[in-house]
Amino acid sequence: MSRQPTLRVSINGTTYERTVAPRLLLSDFLRHELRLTGTHVGCEHGVCGACTVLLDGASVRSCLMFAVQAQGREIMTVEGLARGDELHPLQAAFQDAHGLQCGFCTPGFLMTLIPFLEEHSDPSERQVREAISGNLCRCTGYENIVRAVLLAAERGQDAVGDRSMPAVTTSGTRSAGGEPGGSGCTDDSILRPRPDDDG
Amino acid sequence: MAEVRGGAPRTSPKRSEDPRLLTGRALFVDDVHLDGMLHVAFLRSDFAHARINSVDVSVALEREGVVAAYTAWDLGDYWQPGPLLVAPPPTIERLEFNTATHVPLAKDKVKHVGEPIAMVVAESRYVAEDALADIVVDLEPLDAVVDIEKALDPDAPIIHEELGTNLAAHVIQEKDSYDQARAQAHLVVRRRFEYDRGASAPMENRGIVARWDEMSQELTLWDTTQAPIPIRNGLAAMLGLLESQVRVIAPFIGGGFGPKIMMFYPEEVLLPWVAMRLGRPLKWIEDRQESFVGTTQERGQVHEAELALDQDGRILGVKDVFVHDSGAFDPYGLTVPINSQCTLLGPYDVPAYYSEFKVVFTNKTIVTPVRGAGRQHGVFVMERLLDFAARELGIDRVEIRRRNFIDPEAFPHDHKIIFQDSAPLYYDSGNYQPSMDRAVEMIGYDDWAEEQARARGEGRSVGLGIVAYVEGTGIGPYEGARVSVEPSGKVRVATGVGTQGQGHFTSFAQVVAEELGVEVADVHVTTGDTREFHWGTGTFASRGIVVAGSACLEAAKSVRGKVLDLAARELGVPPDAVALGGGRAFVSSDPDRGLGLGDLAVRANPLRGSSPRRTSGRTEGARPTGSTP
Repeated sequence: MSRQPTLRVSINGTTYERTVAPRLLLSDFLRHELRLTGTHVGCEHGVCGACTVLLDGASVRSCLMFAVQAQGREIMTVEGLARGDELHPLQAAFQDAHGLQCGFCTPGFLMTLIPFLEEHSDPSERQVREAISGNLCRCTGYENIVRAVLLAAERGQDAVGDRSMPAVTTSGTRSAGGEPGGSGCTDDSILRPRPDDDG
Repeated sequence: MAEVRGGAPRTSPKRSEDPRLLTGRALFVDDVHLDGMLHVAFLRSDFAHARINSVDVSVALEREGVVAAYTAWDLGDYWQPGPLLVAPPPTIERLEFNTATHVPLAKDKVKHVGEPIAMVVAESRYVAEDALADIVVDLEPLDAVVDIEKALDPDAPIIHEELGTNLAAHVIQEKDSYDQARAQAHLVVRRRFEYDRGASAPMENRGIVARWDEMSQELTLWDTTQAPIPIRNGLAAMLGLLESQVRVIAPFIGGGFGPKIMMFYPEEVLLPWVAMRLGRPLKWIEDRQESFVGTTQERGQVHEAELALDQDGRILGVKDVFVHDSGAFDPYGLTVPINSQCTLLGPYDVPAYYSEFKVVFTNKTIVTPVRGAGRQHGVFVMERLLDFAARELGIDRVEIRRRNFIDPEAFPHDHKIIFQDSAPLYYDSGNYQPSMDRAVEMIGYDDWAEEQARARGEGRSVGLGIVAYVEGTGIGPYEGARVSVEPSGKVRVATGVGTQGQGHFTSFAQVVAEELGVEVADVHVTTGDTREFHWGTGTFASRGIVVAGSACLEAAKSVRGKVLDLAARELGVPPDAVALGGGRAFVSSDPDRGLGLGDLAVRANPLRGSSPRRTSGRTEGARPTGSTP
């Protein structure tokens, strides 16, 4: 047996240290070693987008990375979005707009859209369709997914405008990830998940 | 306060299942982790058709981490062809059918790419896949049948030698005389239609986790199936267990679209048997590459069809002769081609119909119903023929359909052929023109030419298709449901169908909530667990809300009756003076006087004695409120 490297990685604000096989995929590490099974595997070759996670804030396919490549990095999975029972605004918009049916592809869509909405606080429908072009869904026909994203963006805009967030969001509690002491909402941080306080 | 019949108005609530799915907490089969679990990989054929001389797994077994490996010869008496799931309708007179169902592992021949040849069990999926490369298979490639129109040629290779033919079925259904209709026709439109194969490709591939508990003598199977109850029944029979010893759970399923109702896949047959022998839980999750060859597919047909019309565009008759690709086996009988045959007639009054099809075996993945299950093949034939006829006769496409819709006064209408459920294709009622009118209005059909020209000007080629069809759906035979009120006042609903994204957790809850006067959020629905509900068939043919939803309603009505009875007795009023709403039973004329449903559930089930029920002035023992078998 070859020597097994030790992986140290932060996931949803918690630091994990594990001995892993060099060939272990990041998707399998998350799902089967850490039991963070919200990240789904649909194709295992980077086509379907179901396994998308954030790596240092950027969307990546966890099936196209070895776990060891995440050494020292910060990962966020779909499990990191909600705060307890309170859905992240993007999650709430997906529920409100019926942006999911079987829900298998949904975590990948969410993790693709989090950084997109940070960069596009007021996206056009065409931009949304472009953003999700790397994620496959076989149930919805995408219409309600697009609606959900536009709804989330619209609510984010509203919140910025009057400083009092709609019920689905929480004013002042979602700041840019990794920024200690972040407060209030800015147009590019509103949809950004907040790391666990106890991380 | 007037009676609030149900706390759930007919609105579109948020889906109860969404928070779990959105936060990554919903259980899918691959999310099941069990102590001591081993992992399975299958060696599949790379050849479409080949004779197997030998399969040697001895090197694989030496690999570190490999626990076991199986070939067809290791299965002993357990190696059996699978069941014929749907027998051809005995009511069709001119019908020939040859059965060839698939086997758990290929023994003498492989008959399609993707057919499993050997199974490896290892400590991890990685090791199991490594070990597949250690297996030595001595194969002798044979010519393959790939073109469905050549499958019956005299020199075609024979796939199932025991049958001596690649003909799986030959069916003729006829209504009156097409030849006579044709002789009187002003116009006959004749065309050829070719449908290629496709895979339905749900986002979640198939998967199975099997656990045998030696202490309780129980088998638990987590399975990405659309039909957990038939899977349980079949496995119990195959494994020599009581049905009560087998629990099949179809948790959240990441899309079904038909192939997940195939029974039984080789993997479904093998994992439980091996788990019982090894005494360790097993997991197999299909990867996408396997899915493209190992999960059933659909669509391959070639039609030669003609439509005979009078000068006004009225249909005199239709003739359709087609070939249907069954793939290497035909476990699903004739469901798909009969759907094509019958659905072709759609909403139209077709006085004469001649329909003949041949089903052929090919060296391809097995064909079973996929999204539409053959219906759209027939619809497309009919609709295209009408389009061509409209063009040749100079009649508008909408108008030619209007002229041929079955008159609303002419129902019931008998198409005089047999449907895939063995019953006559008989429409009890219908009125198609208003739907067409509405569609045409919503589309802006009358101004379509202008819109099309405008789009062309913008460099976009936009077309408009007109299609009408009648779908035989909500198919039987039955489903059941159990509704119970818990002491907490929460309502529990269980039904046998599985869920692949239809929203059952919400829609079934709405049905029950409305009947019992509780909030949708207080109704907890379980689907697809044979321990929670014991009988039924499955989720297919758009039947979940129609059949299982109706069962939920009937069970809820029964519980409602019991609640009203008990509340009336406890409140000292007649049952018709009691209303339900807001999770309570109360006196209609005095809403403050009432009892919570949870309280009634407790009172219905005393530890001593029985809860008497007043029925027609008599008092008799009653069953607990919450139990509706």
